[in-house]
Amino acid sequence: MFRRLPDIEAGSVTIRVDGVPLAARAGDTVTAALLAGGHDHCRTTAVGGVRRAPYCLMGVCFDCLVTIDGVGNRQGCLVPVRDGMVVDTQRGKREVGR
Amino acid sequence: MTHERIEGVRADAYDLVVVGAGPAGLAAAATAAAAGLTTLVLDENAAPGGQIYRAVTSTPVSDRRILGTDYWHGAGLVEAARRSGAEIVGGAVVWSLDRDLQVGVSHGGTARMIQARRVIIATGALERPFPIPGWTLPGVMTAGGAQTLLKSSGLVPDGRAVLAGTGPLLWLLAAQLLRAGVTPTAILDTTPRSNHWRALRHLPGFALSPLLAKGLGLMREVRAQVEVIGGVTGLAAEGSDRLRAVGFERAGENRRIEADQLLLHQGVVPNVNLAMAAGVEHRWDPLQLCWSPVLDADGGSSVPGIAVAGDGAGIAGARAAEERGRLAAVAAVRALAPSASVADAGAVRRSLRRQERGRAFLDTLYQPARQFRMPADDTIVCRCEEVTAGQIRATVALGCEGPTQMKSFLRCGMGPCQGRLCGLTVTELIAEARGCTPETVGYYRLRAPVKPITLGEMAGTPAGTAAVKAVVRG
Amino acid sequence: MMATEFDVAVVGGGLVGSSLALGLARLGQRVAVLDEGDAAVRASRANFGLVWVQSKGLGLPQYAGWTIRSSEGWAGFAAGLKQETGLDVAFERPGGFHLALSEAELEARAASLERLRAQPGIVSYPTEMFDRTRVETMLDGLGPEVVGGSFCPLDGHCNSLRLHRALHAALALHDVRYLPDHRVARIDHAGGTFTLSAGGAGIVAGKVVIAAGNASRELAPMVGLRAPMQPNRGQIIVTERVQRFMRHPVVTIRQTDEGTVMIGDSRIDDTDLGTLVQPVNAVMADRAVRMFPMLGRLNVVRSWSGVRVMTEDGFPIYDQSVTHPGAFVVTCHSGVTLAAAHAQVLAPMIAAGQLDAGQVGAFSARRFDVPKAA
Repeated sequence: MFRRLPDIEAGSVTIRVDGVPLAARAGDTVTAALLAGGHDHCRTTAVGGVRRAPYCLMGVCFDCLVTIDGVGNRQGCLVPVRDGMVVDTQRGKREVGR
Repeated sequence: MTHERIEGVRADAYDLVVVGAGPAGLAAAATAAAAGLTTLVLDENAAPGGQIYRAVTSTPVSDRRILGTDYWHGAGLVEAARRSGAEIVGGAVVWSLDRDLQVGVSHGGTARMIQARRVIIATGALERPFPIPGWTLPGVMTAGGAQTLLKSSGLVPDGRAVLAGTGPLLWLLAAQLLRAGVTPTAILDTTPRSNHWRALRHLPGFALSPLLAKGLGLMREVRAQVEVIGGVTGLAAEGSDRLRAVGFERAGENRRIEADQLLLHQGVVPNVNLAMAAGVEHRWDPLQLCWSPVLDADGGSSVPGIAVAGDGAGIAGARAAEERGRLAAVAAVRALAPSASVADAGAVRRSLRRQERGRAFLDTLYQPARQFRMPADDTIVCRCEEVTAGQIRATVALGCEGPTQMKSFLRCGMGPCQGRLCGLTVTELIAEARGCTPETVGYYRLRAPVKPITLGEMAGTPAGTAAVKAVVRG
Repeated sequence: MMATEFDVAVVGGGLVGSSLALGLARLGQRVAVLDEGDAAVRASRANFGLVWVQSKGLGLPQYAGWTIRSSEGWAGFAAGLKQETGLDVAFERPGGFHLALSEAELEARAASLERLRAQPGIVSYPTEMFDRTRVETMLDGLGPEVVGGSFCPLDGHCNSLRLHRALHAALALHDVRYLPDHRVARIDHAGGTFTLSAGGAGIVAGKVVIAAGNASRELAPMVGLRAPMQPNRGQIIVTERVQRFMRHPVVTIRQTDEGTVMIGDSRIDDTDLGTLVQPVNAVMADRAVRMFPMLGRLNVVRSWSGVRVMTEDGFPIYDQSVTHPGAFVVTCHSGVTLAAAHAQVLAPMIAAGQLDAGQVGAFSARRFDVPKAA
C-alpha cells in the first residue's frame, strides 16, 4: 500500500495491531503506521458494515477510526505512535466500555 | 468536577487566540505577539504548519528537492511565530467558539474554556468532496492525504497509483512523487475542456503572477514522465472490498485501469465549521462553488471580535494566507493596543494583492464539472451515514427543500464529520433538483462541538447555578 | 394564482399536522398541508423521541387518560406506517424511568407522583417508585449516585425523525398535497369555505386545521380561536453510535435505534435557536455521566437546541371555532406521544366536523378564560 522512502531509517517504535507487533517510526501517526504496515482498512462501518480506510489524513473525514489503548473511535491520523501502544481495528458500532 | 489546567495552555485568558497553526495562523500570531498582545495559537496537530507546511519542522524527507522550495518557506513562518513569544499549543482541538469569544478547547483529554479578546479563525481549507462511485473503498484517498503521508512520514504509494481530478495540487503531488522515485500509473485529468476557453479571459492577470511559470514548469515535469489523460468526464472506483481498478469515461469511451491506489483531488474549499458554528455569516461563492465568510478588508467577520484569515476566508493559497493572517493581526493590535508598533496594513494589503493575482484564472480553469459535484443516484454522498445521491433526490421530490430538513429525514450531515465531506454536495444536489441557487438552499446549521469531545470532557466544563436550575427541575 | 379545492387544509407540516393529515387522508378526505420552508423552527426535528406516559396529567387529569389512549394505539399506528411506507419508526414500549441522583430527588419524584394520583378524576395507571436494587435489575452500568427512580411500564420511545419522514411519505402515498414555502398570511372565511393566502397562492378548503405549533398563537385568531403559547427552549447532546446497552429509556437519556445516545433535558427561557448555552450542556453531561459512568468516554458528535411547542399551561389546545365553523386548532407539546391519537381519534372527529367534548373537551382553550380556583 505505502512504503517508506529508502533513505529514511526504519522504525524504532513498536506498536501492536490486532495483537500483532508492527514497527513504526517515531513521528508517524497511528494511521501512517497502519498504512505503512499494509493494513488496507481500519474498520467496518456502524451503518452498513462495509470496510473503510483512512481517506483525508487530516482529521475531517473520520474514516480512520481505530481503538487505541482500549479507547474506541479515535482518529488514527491525529494520534502519534508511542512504543507499546495497542491498536485494534474496529467492527461496526463502538463497544460499550471501550 | 474540577477544572484542570491544560498542560501547555498557560492561562485562562488571552488578548488573541488564533485557531490553526497553518500559514495564516502562524503569520498572525507572529505579528500580534511581536506587537505585545498575549497570543495563543491552538492546533489539533502535534506540530505547526497546517496542511501545506505539514511536518515542516519534523519531516523525515531530507532531500529538499522532493517537496520543493514553496514547502520549505513554511519553516520560516514557524520560526518567526516561535520567536515572537506567541504560545503555540499542539494536540489542542478547538470544539467551540461563541459570540462572547469563549474558546472551548480540548487537550490531553480535558476540555476547558479560554476567554479571548479577539479571535482569528485560521482553520484553513479541506479537500472538496469528490463523490464518485466507489469513493469510499479502501485504496481510495485524497491527493492531499497522500501528500501528508509523504511529508509527515516519508511514505509513498506502493503499487499502481492513479491520480485523478483537477487543480494545482494534483500536479504538485505528481511532481513530488516523481522526485521521490515513484511513477504514478496515470493522471486522469477531469478539467473540463470548456474551462480552458472560459479561463482565457483571466489569462492576463495570471500571466503576471509567479503561479504561471511555476504551474507550467510542474506540468512539463510531470507530463514528461507520466501518462496524462485529459478530458475525463466520468470516474468510478471499482472493487468490492477494496479498490481493484479505476474506470473512466473520456470522449464517449469507457476504459479501465487496474490500480492499487486512487488519489482524488478537485480543489480545496474553506473549512467553515468553526466559523459557522460561531455565527459568522457566510455567502455562496459562485466561482469557487463553496461557502465563504463575509468579511471586511481586515478579515473581520459579522461577529465582532472574530476574524477569519487564510484559505478559510476564501481559497487563495498559502502566500495569500500569510498576508491575510498579518492583516487580521494588525487589526487586532490596532483594536487592543493602539499605541503598539506593528506592520503597516497598507503594505500588507499590497502584498496580499500581489499574491491573489491569477486567482480568477485558476478558479475558472479548475472549476470542477457538474457530474463530479452532483453525482449519479447510486453514489454515496454522506460517507458517515452512507446516504446516496438518489436518496437525496427522492427526498427533495417528497417536498424536502433544504439541508436542515434533509438532515432530519436522511441523517446526512449527522455524522462526526458534520458535513465536511457531504455538505457542499447536498446543497448543490438540492439546488439542482429544485432548480434554484445554492445560496437559496443554504447549508447545514452547524453548532458546537465542531469536533467531537467526550461526554466526560463536556461534563467538566464550567456550569454555574443558572445552568443547574435549567436542568434539574424535579 | 391557482385556487384548489380541498376538504381540509392543515396548517403545519410537523408531527401534529402530518399525523392529523394522515388520519384525514385515510378516511378519504382531500387534504392539503401547508408548511414553511427549510429554515423554519420545527419542534418536529428537535425533540427527544419519547412516547411517554408517566408524569402526564398533573394539573389536568384528563391529559393522563388521553396520553394513555395514544400510547395504547401507538403500536398499531407504527405498524400502519410500516405497512404503507416500508419505514420502521422503531417504536418500542419497554417501560421507562426517571432516575434520581439523591434521596432528595427521589422524594421529590415520589411526592410529585402522589400529587398526580390524588387528583380527582385521574385515571389509574401503573407507575412505581423503585429503589436502586430494583433499577439495577433493569438498567446496566448504573453510577453509584443513582438511588432509585420511578418506572412506568407504559413508557416508550421511537425514532421521531423517521416518524416525521414516514408521515410525509405516507401523505404522498395518500395524495395529500404537501405545500412547503406556504406560510399562511391570512385566512378568509366566506360561504362555508376557507381561503388561505399562502406562498402567493389561495388555497380553498371546506375545513381548516391550525396545527402550527407555537405559530398557532398568531394563526388561531384568524378563525376566531385562541391558542395562548409560552414557548421555551431545550438543548440536546447526541453521542456517536454505540452497541446497544440501554434496554429502557430514561426521561433524560435514551439510546436510539441507531445506537446513538441522546441526552437532555433542559429548559431555557428564550427561543434563540442560534446560541448554545455550554454550561447547560455541562450540567446535562455531568448528570448523564453520574447516572451511567460508561457514557463518559463516548464522543459527543453534535448538540442542538429546539424550541418547545408549549401552551401556556403545558396541556394541549384542541378547539373548534364557533364564529368560523369548520375551523379547528390543534397544538400541543408531546407531538410524538400523541401522534397516534391525533391520527386515530382526533382526525375522525375533525372529519365529522365535531370535536367530542366527552373525550377532548378538557383541552378547549376556553379553560384559559376561567379563573383558576384558588
